[in-house]
Amino acid sequence: MSELVLSVDNVAKSYPLTPPVHALRGVTFDVEAGELLSVVGPSGSGKSTLLHIMGTLDLPTSGDVQVAGHWASDQSDKQLSALRARHIGFVFQQFHLLNGYSALDNVADGLLYTGMSSGDRRDLALGSLERVGLGHRLSHVATELSGGERQRVAIARALIGSPSLILADEPTGNLDTKTSDSIVELLEELNAGGATIVVITHNREIAAKFSRTIALKDGFIESDSTMARAR
Amino acid sequence: MRMALSALGIAIGIAALVGVLGLSESSKSDLLATLDRLGTNLLTVEAATGIGLGSGELPADAALMIGRIGPVESTVSISAVDASVYKNDLVPAGQTGGITVQAAGQDLLDTLAGSLTEGDWFTGATGPYPTVVLGSIAAERLAINATDSQPQVWLGDQWFTVIGILSQFDLAPDLDRAALITLTAAAEYLDHDNVPTRILVRVDPDQVEGVVDVLALTTNPENPDEVQVARPTDALEAKEAADDALTSLFLGLGAVGLLVGGVGIANVMVISVLERRSEIGLRRALGATRRHVALQFLGESLILATIGGVGGVILGYGATFAYATYKGWGVLVPTSALVGGIAAALTIGVIAGLYPAIRASKLSPTEALRTA
Repeated sequence: MSELVLSVDNVAKSYPLTPPVHALRGVTFDVEAGELLSVVGPSGSGKSTLLHIMGTLDLPTSGDVQVAGHWASDQSDKQLSALRARHIGFVFQQFHLLNGYSALDNVADGLLYTGMSSGDRRDLALGSLERVGLGHRLSHVATELSGGERQRVAIARALIGSPSLILADEPTGNLDTKTSDSIVELLEELNAGGATIVVITHNREIAAKFSRTIALKDGFIESDSTMARAR
Repeated sequence: MRMALSALGIAIGIAALVGVLGLSESSKSDLLATLDRLGTNLLTVEAATGIGLGSGELPADAALMIGRIGPVESTVSISAVDASVYKNDLVPAGQTGGITVQAAGQDLLDTLAGSLTEGDWFTGATGPYPTVVLGSIAAERLAINATDSQPQVWLGDQWFTVIGILSQFDLAPDLDRAALITLTAAAEYLDHDNVPTRILVRVDPDQVEGVVDVLALTTNPENPDEVQVARPTDALEAKEAADDALTSLFLGLGAVGLLVGGVGIANVMVISVLERRSEIGLRRALGATRRHVALQFLGESLILATIGGVGGVILGYGATFAYATYKGWGVLVPTSALVGGIAAALTIGVIAGLYPAIRASKLSPTEALRTA
């Protein structure tokens, strides 16, 4: 647990509205390989902005983010795209699956922009779907799956390229309690298998299930606690 | 559904272009075949009509004079007879049906490359007697469609027997409305002077221009201005030129169809970009560059246009094939129309897809993901 996967260095983000909105005001923390942590906070605390900046989908107004050894400010838009393709996996609250496509194809799309051949991508997608327990649902299209199953497909898609970092944005936000628990368990299993995962949530109950929790409030880090918790 | 309709718009536009080009080519090839059959070496000599232009008659010996021009192969005189023809002697004199009576030389049929639908042309045995061959329209107006029963018509106050009915003349449409008799019969029974009103001249195909230059002077050395020389095949070519103008009109309509189809595709693509914002956001998150996103939308627009283009070419070719076959023309769709049709569709696909594609690529990933 020594390799640095993500480094958020004094990140601030303002939106030039009237009056200006300061979503983040100097956030600093590091994530090491193999960590599973949650970022929790009420809505408007800057969680989503932080997720987008960690995922290099957006750039900070000041400060910088380092992912897998690459500082975001040094990269061109094209290089950032490549960084996302190779090192970052996303899981979204709305799943963002392509409706007309099978689970297998949706997962294989996770490697679409890495230059890998379609055959190899499908092979990896098969393994990835089996890891999330959907080995029997390969050819079902997204609309034929339950909410929990869709989120598992989305997780399998984030997982497929063995990225350095998985960013999960409210992964249980659209799911009932029981399904939420199973998704949290899945994330813990994957983490035990070596994946580094950051879960963004507004739900303190969910957040409390992870060994480390960073609490955000009004764009600041309110607390960064590594809780003693039995694995 | 929207996509299918847009592709259909392109298809109709392309089909119109291919069909119009194909049909005009096919009909042109048919015209060339017709001209080949009829020959472009036929000239007509007529007395000019109009104020101060003489009697409307050619000199009596004109045919003889013309025959002496070197490259002239044959001549046939036609003389308008001042008589009317009726179904029978009971029809009032005013109801001529617009049918003229013309006395013609024996060689007329060959010279005009004409043919008969019924009966026979004049022979040495029938020509000198009161016999008549009817033009196609004249026969129709006299309600005569067979010659087996030797029908008779009331011509110049006496009975003439109908021995033949002509098929349509391409080169002398006015003869379709004529009742033709021989010069001999005209002189014998109608007391006609047989002064030619029109002379048909076949000339050496290589020297048509030269003969045209001297024809008027040879026909009437004293008043060459009173002679009118024409080449009947020119009329067919002029008709074709008129068709060309129509072709341009249809090409214009095809272009409008293409434009509408193109706007349709652009519209569908713009809507698609709006509807698929979250997909664009997802693809950016998965590592797609702006270029990847732009190419994806451009590609989709191209696919739509290509489907439309290929469909249109098939449709246009099919229409040409069907119509040309129905008309008995050779099917001739220029390759340039086929290739051009596809190329036009692709061009439209690119132009219509460019703006939506650029718009999609410029979408910020965070904004795209937020509007799920």
